[in-house]
Amino acid sequence: MTDNSVMIIIVGLIAATLRVSTPLILGTIGELFCEKSGVLNLGIEGTMVIGAFIGFTVADATGSLWTGILVSILAGIIAGLLMSIMTVWLGVNQHVSGLGITLFLSAIASYGYRLVYGEPTTPPTLDGFSVVSILPDNLLVSRITNQYLLTYIALLLIPIIWFIVNKTRIGLWIRAVGENPEAVDAAGVNVYWTRTIALMIGGGFMALAGSFLSLAQLGAYTYGMIAGRGWVCIALIIFANWQPSRILWGAFLFGGASALQLRLQSLGIKVPYELFLSLPYLVTIAALALAGRSVTSPSSMLKPYRRE
Amino acid sequence: MIKFRLEKHSSPYWVRIIIPFAAILVTFLITSIILMVSHVNPIEAFYYFLVEPLSAKASLIEVLVKSTPLFLTGVAVSLAFASGYWNIGAEGQLIAGATAGAGIGMIVQGVSQWVGIPIMIIGGFLAGALWALLPAILKVKLSVDEIVTTLLMNYVILYLVSFLLNGPWKTTTNPGWPQSPEISLSTTFVKLIPKTRLHIGFVIALVIILVVWFLLTKTKLGYQMRASGIGRQAAYFTGINVNRTILISALLSGGIAGIAGAAEVGGIHYHLIEALSGGLGYTGIIIATLSALNPLAVIPSALFFGLIETGARSVSRALGTPIHLGGIVEGMLLLIILGAFLFQEYRIRRVKK
Repeated sequence: MTDNSVMIIIVGLIAATLRVSTPLILGTIGELFCEKSGVLNLGIEGTMVIGAFIGFTVADATGSLWTGILVSILAGIIAGLLMSIMTVWLGVNQHVSGLGITLFLSAIASYGYRLVYGEPTTPPTLDGFSVVSILPDNLLVSRITNQYLLTYIALLLIPIIWFIVNKTRIGLWIRAVGENPEAVDAAGVNVYWTRTIALMIGGGFMALAGSFLSLAQLGAYTYGMIAGRGWVCIALIIFANWQPSRILWGAFLFGGASALQLRLQSLGIKVPYELFLSLPYLVTIAALALAGRSVTSPSSMLKPYRRE
Repeated sequence: MIKFRLEKHSSPYWVRIIIPFAAILVTFLITSIILMVSHVNPIEAFYYFLVEPLSAKASLIEVLVKSTPLFLTGVAVSLAFASGYWNIGAEGQLIAGATAGAGIGMIVQGVSQWVGIPIMIIGGFLAGALWALLPAILKVKLSVDEIVTTLLMNYVILYLVSFLLNGPWKTTTNPGWPQSPEISLSTTFVKLIPKTRLHIGFVIALVIILVVWFLLTKTKLGYQMRASGIGRQAAYFTGINVNRTILISALLSGGIAGIAGAAEVGGIHYHLIEALSGGLGYTGIIIATLSALNPLAVIPSALFFGLIETGARSVSRALGTPIHLGGIVEGMLLLIILGAFLFQEYRIRRVKK
């Protein structure tokens, strides 16, 4: 192999990693808001599914991709509201509520898909977002910089979210209700509403992650297209130790493993591709094992708050 | 106040019985809205959903067939949850058991079914327990959250199955829908009623439920499991080896889910397919919740979900609604039950005040 072809492979790998990481970054940001406020949101997988479906269907019906994105975010906000009714206002078990929301929303998406598209032999597609060119196309590095606008937005969001969580009043409230809700309540902040707003913001990001998949990365909607990415985001937040600045590394790790398996497949290496496909999940489990005991979750996570 | 307290102590049984029924009623009321949006008459739909499957012998048996794996995933999840281990991996553990069942069915031949079927069950149990092993070890050794790891393992097994069906176990029987070779006659589950799909796995599942009930309520290990489930730290301070207890519970839970998979291969499909489960493990979580983690209550809950699964098909056939209506009802029911159980608790709380 020449130096040049090695470069092309590496550049391609980096470009693919950025693309594959985008929904993971968005979904993990969403989960960050929920968990910082003290709520583990296992509804993430279902919220991503409904986001992908609503985004695709609305974009397909209106012909406007951005309308699809906006309506999908709205659906995610409603999903977050539903999660808050269960876990914040009723204060029931967060694990089971989240799984219930995932099962419910996934079924709604499948039901809606059959109502709208029937039983097509090939999944419906549309012309999704195209990449934006920042640098001239003849440069090798342009393969890396030619990304979807949403990928750039996701990357820019990380410092913005860091700022919101750590430096603003709403960020302080969200962190505080996740650490010590009694004290925040005594200080006159409404714990219930703060958590509700955190869950609604979180749901919006999760749905955006889903609609990025259906409107940019794949340009199609199929059953099971989210394929556990929501659960990966739950793992990434642990791996990032609940720090916005560290989300990127976990997302690149999983995204890189996914991109690598695609490259290895295309290189025709004689290992069954199914084993490559399971690689990102195994890498995530290994990363969790390495993060192990060194992580500390928000101290009031999983604890419903009831005003005395 | 004293009067309320008496009510609290004497009424839970009534409340506990009423709550699931109230939750089911509310679920179907909300489902009516979804049905009307999709231009289906709700009354007609509910007839096909809940009444029609019970009105003919063939479909009644089909309800029992559909309940069989749900008995096992429901009790598997109940056992783990009762011990404070959040095993969300029953789906993957079931598929692991099914994979083992398909493998055993290809190897074990020329013996009596009374030898072959126990081998299938033991193999399914071991495979399910094996698939539960990694998350369980990571949990007790490194405190790695089992929810995420058990969920991720569900995806890994799907790729393993896909590899087997497109590689070593490839057949040409049904192009586009890969399946493994048919299992031997020795490992085929005996039918309970000839010419139906109801097989001996139904009885085995009920026996396992009774065994788990006995384990949880009548043995020292069961007591330790429930104590760990109520409070890990408190259990630890009373001298219980919590890690060992949770590990045993996790492996038993995985093993029972694995038996469900082996029974689906041995009694229904006779080969392995990619879509063998389609959420039986996740439905187990709903059943466990509806049963309030009580193994005996898993029996009526799983029968009800068997009815929902059969009913969703019946509605779909009769009225053309998407089959996913069943999933909507199941997911919504889970959320409403959670809320309803709390309502009971909340009333008690207010009484205390």
